[in-house]
Order: sequence, then structure tokens, then C-alpha cells
Amino acid sequence: MDLSRRDALAALAATGAVGVAGATLVGGDSDDAAVSDDTLAVLVAAGETVYPSEATGVDAFVETYVIGRVDDADHREGVRDAAAALDATARDWRDAPFTELDRDARDQLLRDLGVHTADPAPDGTLSNRIRFFVVNELLYAFYASPTGGRLVGIENPTGHPGGTESYQRARMEDPDG
Amino acid sequence: MAREPVPDADVCIVGAGPAGAIVAARLAEAGHEVVVLDAGPRFEVEDRTEQLDAHLRPGVDGLWGMGGERDAYTSSGPKGYPLNAARVKAVGGSTLHWQGMVMRLHERDFEMQSRHGVGADWPIDYADLRPHYAEAERELGVAGADDNPFAPPREKPHPLPAFPPSHSDAIFAEACESLGLPTHSVPNARNSEPYDGASACAGYGTCQPVCPSGAKYTAERHVARAEAAGAHVVDRAPVQRLDHSEERVNAAVYATPDGTEHRQEARAVVLACGGVENVRLLLLSASDDHPDGLANGSGAVGRYFMDHCFAGAGGRIDRPTRQNHVGFNTTESHALYDGDDPLPGVKLEFLNYAGPSPVVEALDADDWGDSLLADLRDSYGTHLGVGALVEQFPRDENRITLDHTTTDDHGNPVPDVRWSVGPETRAAIERVNEVQRAILTELDASVDWVVGPDATGPAFHHMGTTRMGTDPSESVVGPDCRAHDCDNLWIVGSSVFPTGGAMNPTLTIAALSCRLAARLDGWL
Repeated sequence: MDLSRRDALAALAATGAVGVAGATLVGGDSDDAAVSDDTLAVLVAAGETVYPSEATGVDAFVETYVIGRVDDADHREGVRDAAAALDATARDWRDAPFTELDRDARDQLLRDLGVHTADPAPDGTLSNRIRFFVVNELLYAFYASPTGGRLVGIENPTGHPGGTESYQRARMEDPDG
Repeated sequence: MAREPVPDADVCIVGAGPAGAIVAARLAEAGHEVVVLDAGPRFEVEDRTEQLDAHLRPGVDGLWGMGGERDAYTSSGPKGYPLNAARVKAVGGSTLHWQGMVMRLHERDFEMQSRHGVGADWPIDYADLRPHYAEAERELGVAGADDNPFAPPREKPHPLPAFPPSHSDAIFAEACESLGLPTHSVPNARNSEPYDGASACAGYGTCQPVCPSGAKYTAERHVARAEAAGAHVVDRAPVQRLDHSEERVNAAVYATPDGTEHRQEARAVVLACGGVENVRLLLLSASDDHPDGLANGSGAVGRYFMDHCFAGAGGRIDRPTRQNHVGFNTTESHALYDGDDPLPGVKLEFLNYAGPSPVVEALDADDWGDSLLADLRDSYGTHLGVGALVEQFPRDENRITLDHTTTDDHGNPVPDVRWSVGPETRAAIERVNEVQRAILTELDASVDWVVGPDATGPAFHHMGTTRMGTDPSESVVGPDCRAHDCDNLWIVGSSVFPTGGAMNPTLTIAALSCRLAARLDGWL
């Protein structure tokens, strides 16, 4: 199942984000950048961990989604700080950047941090914040989008403005017609 | 914004929910000087998608500011009452949060005492309210169809076509037909087509508590109309008391966020702040002339508090049910409504949102990756649910009073809600549960959950506490909604309902507001 930028735009529609083209909002590693390359890389690596293994194209999906969310400065700062803290923890505990760990190692690191059972909270502990700004950010983008929803069996998942046709159908419509 | 009183106001309306906003819009458009005071804030329409985000994502605070010191209350009855779960104090009132189901009461609902010796008769009947129901359907933009064999008579189609039935409706229809329970469409206050400047439903699936597309009616539409016609709508202006002489309200005394108290004088005052706060304000306005509370010569203010009780059952079936695409229902049945088994009215609702929503479940899960996907696939896709609203008859011990031991953010005693579920309603819920089990059994579905008389809860329809009647010794307002004891005070909303049937009350609230606006226009 190949994720695309288009899927990310569909996910963003649920958040009300606009002006998503956004390439200019990625500013390298400068502190002034809305979303740094380092932050994006951590989020892509986290996406590859928390998304089902059959999902491909995670990098384009995550980048487009995250960049599309930059209009909310507080949220952007929370995402950046949580991603940086996750990467710092990987370096401390595993002697490697988060992005250089393999999928299983990233998964285990998140579990060792207690993120899988942590309550999502933007002002909580490190685990709470990683759950809120990294894991739930990514899961929300994925499962509130038609592509993620289709994997479960719903092409118009809650939060997606997918119209009023699908609820009437007996089965999912083929997205390719 | 200007929060000072408006000189020479014709009418002061307390509460900017649907009851008050419709009166405000119509009177302002008729050329009257209208002031509306609401205790809560305005919420910007532009923020609705962020609110959707907040609703779906755990860890973000609630949407409409319900609760806290402002909304403090106590619940002393045999059954706890979650007053702030769905009651919104804001411009738009609880329509910001509501589900949006809008059906007319049946003819029997106005005559329960005469027909069955229970409850009370309304001093008006269905025929009196019928033209105003049609007006209300236009005001709210109701999407509906003339396919309900149990509905009371009507002249014209609904202003918008009904939403088509869902896939699960078709599944239920098979079983209901076998059981002799005809099903039909649901009248919805949400746009099946663009209407009144708002878009058609976009299918976000989060109707309750927030509609980002604006397709679901909120009373903000009528507030906007009122303001366009010159009305002054003041938010965050909780009315503290009604200053009055023996038979006349002189001013609504309200507070503003800076701590100042103001007096809004007006020729007419309309209370439209719901079945709990209407009562509290009357009781807070007690005086030497009205020692038991303003307009409470009957002692009925606060008594006969009614809600609709939920009954439900659900399970799973060995075929796709396609739930959680939309957040509203498209099929219901009034087949059990007008008979005497059970006597309390019962409205069956066939859910389009039974079982978990995958995105919500994912955000609460303690797993991710392939195992999360497997869990989601296992839990989604085959759920069915059938709910019901069940009537409560008016009981004087179910009542709203003041709790003088607890105060709100302005130092006023908070409302105490005393609520119980009477034996006739408990029996009706048990009867409904039998029907719901029979429907699921007919479909070879499992029965995984049942909400019966012990687990039932309210639908947050606050009714009956300033009841309408012709006898001033037994009721608070007359048939025209004017207080018996106060010449220039009117009360609108579901607090004036003598009985509540089992229909969601907002269309009747709107119809009464349309009726009152016409009468007040003449009076003014």
C-alpha cells in the first residue's frame, strides 16, 4: 500500500491546514526553519515504525503532512522538541541517532520509553509528549486518511470529509474505479 | 465589544441558543430593538476543524468550555445527572454540540392526561403548533421525507430531501419488516444540499460534538441574522437576576468579564437559557413580592424536570455493516410510539456509528505497527447498534432547586438537579430492550451490550421545569409562554413543555419560538 503526498493532503484536510505546498517552510537545519530536516527525518523514521509494514512511501506522506501543519506555531514547537528528545534518547541509550536504528530497535526504544502505554499529553512527561506529538500525530494522519482507513475497511474514516456516499454502500469502492 | 446596556430596548432575551436566537432574529427583522445576553463566549466558525482535531485526539481539552466554576452544579437525586456533558453555555447554545435530530411531537404528546390519565395536557394542541412546526423546519433547514406512517399530519415537504438510508439501515430493515416494525427516515437539521448559505454535509463523521463543514444547524445562524438586522448580542454576560416590581421585570442585571454589573432595561424580557438556568434565574430573583422566586406563585418553577432516557442494544454480525462513515442516523422507527405497550413514548434509532471508529481506537491503543492494524481490522466492520429514546412522565420530585452550600464563579448558588427514573419508564426501557434483542436475534447478530433501566442515562433534553398551562396555581407560563405572575416576562424553550414525549425537543423549541416571536411582535 503506497502512501503519497496526495494522501497526506487528504489527511490535512481533516485538520483544516491550508497552503500545504509548503516546500519553502522546510529550511534545512537552521533554527529559523519551520520544520528542520532533522525533525522530518526523525518523524519519517517514527512513521516507518508505527505504520503497518505494508505502508510504503512513508517519507513523502509524513513530510507533506508535517509541513502542512506548520501554521500552528505551538504545535510545531511541540513536534520539534519531542522529535529532538526522542533522537537524543536514542543517542544516549543506543549510541546512535534514532534514524539509524533499524525498525525493531526503534520500536523497542519507544516501548522502553513507555510510549505505548503513555497517555498523550502535550505538557506531560517525555513519554507523554512523544506519544502526543510523534506517535499520535503520525497515527492520526494515517488512520484519519482514506488510505489508512482503507487498510482497516473504511474509506471515509472519522475526521475525513469524505462526503455522504460511502455510508450508503455495501462495500468499499475501488479507489482506482 | 460594547457590553453596555442598550437604551430604549424593546426586548431583552436571556440566552443565545436556538430558543432565544430565533426570537431575536425574527423580532430584529421586524424592526424591534433587540438585546441578547449570553453567559458564554462566541466560538469562531474558522476554528471548527481545530476543534475536530481536539475532539479526536486524546490529550486535548474539551471543545466548548463546559464545566468548571461557571457551570458548577450538584446532583442530589437517586440517579446522578451529568449536567455539563452536553449543555453548552455559548453563543449558539447546545446546538454547537448537538446531534441535530428534529422531529415533531405526535398528537398524543399534547394530550397524555386526557388520553391516558398520565402526565399533563398541554394547553395547546398539535393543530395549534402545526404551522409553526413548518416554519421551524424552514428555519433549521430540515432534511426529511414524508415516509413516516406514524408521524402527525403535515402539509408541505421538508425544505431539504432526506439523507438516504445507510447500508446498515438496509440490514435492519429486513429484520424490522419480519418483526412488523416499519422503519423510515430521520429528519435531520443538517444540510443534505447547500441551504441558507451553508454547505451540504461533508461527512466528517463528528456531528456530535462538532461539525467543521457548517452543514449541521447551529443557532449561530439565527444570531448572525439577528445581528444583521441590528440586534445587540453580548457574550460572556451572565444574567445574575431579574430586577422587578410586583408584576413587571424592570431590568436584567448582568455581569461582564471585567467584573462590572449592568442593568439592561427592556419593555419585554424573554428567558431562553434552558431548562436548568431558566429556573435558577427565576429562583435567584426572589423578592418580597415573589418570595419563592419570580413567577413562582404556583410553586412549579423547577418541578417536573424531565429528560429522555436512553435504551439500547448492540452486537456483531457476520457481514460488513459500514459504520462510522457519518456521525448521524438516517433511519428510525416510531412504530412503538403511540400505543400502550409501553405507554411512555419510545423512538427507536438505528445507529450509523455502532462500534469503535478505527482512528479513535488507534489513538488510544497501546500498540502500533502491524499488530495495531490487526487489532483494528478485528474490531471494525461488523458492529450493529439500535438505540431508543424513552419518555419520562412529569414527576414533581424531579426538580431543579438552588444549592445554597455551593456557589458559582459569581458567588451565586448553583443549581441542584434531582433526577430519577420512574417505574413506568423503567418498565418501558425493559420492553424496548426486548424489542432490540429481538431485532438483533432476527439478524443472527450477537448481543454484546444492552443499556437497560439500571444503566440508562439522559439524552440531555432538559424539559418541564417552567411548565405551560392555563391554571396559574399549577403552571408557570400560559399558553402564550407569558409568565402568569409577570406581565412582561416570557419563557421559551423546552422548560415550558408540560410533557416531553420521546422526540428530540429542538424542533418543538424552534416552533414555540416562531410562535412566540409572532405574538411578541404584536404585543410590542
